[in-house]
Amino acid sequence: MRHRFLKENTIENAFKAICFLSILLPLVLIVVLIGDAVIDGWSRLSLDFLTGFPSRKPELAGFLPALVGSFYLMLLTSAIAIPLGLGAAIYLEEYAKPGFLTSLIEINISNLAGVPSIIYGLLGLELFVRMSHMGRSLLAGACTLALLLLPMVIMVSRESLRVVPNSLREAGFALGADQWQTIWKIILPMSIPGALTGIILSVARAIGETAPLITIGALTYVAFLPDSIHSAFTAMPIQIFNWISRPQTAFQTNAAAGIVVLLFLMLFFNALAIWLRARLQRKVYW
Amino acid sequence: MIKALLFFCGMVSVLTTLGIVGILVFETWGFFQHVSFKQFFGDTQWTPLFTNQHFGIWALVSGTVLTSAVAIGTALPLGLLAAIYLSEFATKNFRLFVKPALEVLAGIPTVIYGYFALTFMTPFLQNFIPGLSGFNALGAGIVMGMMILPIIASLSEDAIYAVPPSLKEGAYALGANKLATIFKVVLPSSFSGIAAATILAISRAIGETMIVVIAAGQQPNFSFDPREAIQTMTAYIVQVSLGDTPTGTLAYQTIFAVGMTLFLFTLLLNLFAHHLRRRILKGHL
Repeated sequence: MRHRFLKENTIENAFKAICFLSILLPLVLIVVLIGDAVIDGWSRLSLDFLTGFPSRKPELAGFLPALVGSFYLMLLTSAIAIPLGLGAAIYLEEYAKPGFLTSLIEINISNLAGVPSIIYGLLGLELFVRMSHMGRSLLAGACTLALLLLPMVIMVSRESLRVVPNSLREAGFALGADQWQTIWKIILPMSIPGALTGIILSVARAIGETAPLITIGALTYVAFLPDSIHSAFTAMPIQIFNWISRPQTAFQTNAAAGIVVLLFLMLFFNALAIWLRARLQRKVYW
Repeated sequence: MIKALLFFCGMVSVLTTLGIVGILVFETWGFFQHVSFKQFFGDTQWTPLFTNQHFGIWALVSGTVLTSAVAIGTALPLGLLAAIYLSEFATKNFRLFVKPALEVLAGIPTVIYGYFALTFMTPFLQNFIPGLSGFNALGAGIVMGMMILPIIASLSEDAIYAVPPSLKEGAYALGANKLATIFKVVLPSSFSGIAAATILAISRAIGETMIVVIAAGQQPNFSFDPREAIQTMTAYIVQVSLGDTPTGTLAYQTIFAVGMTLFLFTLLLNLFAHHLRRRILKGHL
């Protein structure tokens, strides 16, 4: 009897160890992935790399147009996606009555979240680049990315609106405020910290998006900085992809250096989101 | 007035769906004016950019299925075991630390995964698998598995967590040990949730682009040998987009026909997964 119990215990511990290794393996792989990029790209990481323009000579090639392009792209995408997403979230949480239209919008949003990003690229190519005559511009890229982000922005905004208790809405109405005043003065300020974290995380994810931008035809070799929203552009992941796909190994080093910069920025945005949430979350007791 | 404006914001998502479907249908319609269904579904060669044109979509579908299968083969066992550990064995602090760390995997830009698959995973695998080509479905698929692992781990954990404690206590009361409880009670009861997680992960794998563009090669190849270079549906769209293809040409229309196929695949999988999850919410385990 005792013998059987011990044997069962050994099997259970072995199973537990296997499960633990299954968690450990992916975590180790993250470290290997980051370490691999840092080791490969270390020799190219310098101020010259960050402020230089692309070049046919790998040791002279820089990352500046990609950095600036990604920065503008991020600003424009946020300017489009955040108001639209917040607006849709406010509509669905505060105004919409249950019914056909509301459930249509809701089902749509959850389905859109599952559409592959490259399909958004095809939409952007036809709708913005060709039909709206935006060309392969920053604006076309930002519109495409904004549509891609929209479901995520709507979902995180709705969640942050939902946690505001109804008693606050009723208090607003009791003081004579109309619905919009209540939303604008009470509900939005309360829910912004929560929404902001999620929004920053979705925008950070957009900087890493490559496929839709390639599909709409963002350039892979750009030796200038964009000067308006109608200007052609490149972005960090596209420049990295361009360097990866070249046969010379020296360009692979550039790609690795670019990856380190991109990873660092992603990390920065994640940290920013966490910091902002901690800072903006006022101690409210309801 | 304000309400109308906000309503418009909500409708943008509906318009986006209409736009996607409309554009895909319109361009695919144009495509099938030039290419017959028989050429599209009855051929296993895909060479629309050559002079000897073939439009057999199966060459791209096989590449897509192959990389996704490798990815699921990697992510499902690891993700499920990770979920079991998190919900059945881990301490609360360990969960709080590890869950966000796993989420990091889902947030890494896929172009970085592509670099990793090409410059690390493939050379690493070549040590064990002689004859593995420099671009192959295996390395790309395994790295893609890393990317979708958090989906499976986190959604399966939710499903396992939702199993009522009374069921587990019942099993223990009948004298079952922990392993028997996990395998005979917990996993069968959370089967729908785990299936839904797996289907969502497959859908993500099918739509994944940059990893396969970079590491799996660009050769449409009706083959199920993971050591070879292949091309997926997504990779073909990128290949054409990198060149300058004028509107209205057949090459331009092919990417929408391929996009339509891809869209239908992922839509069906997503609808199926949502159906499974709705069943769980209603209380049918």
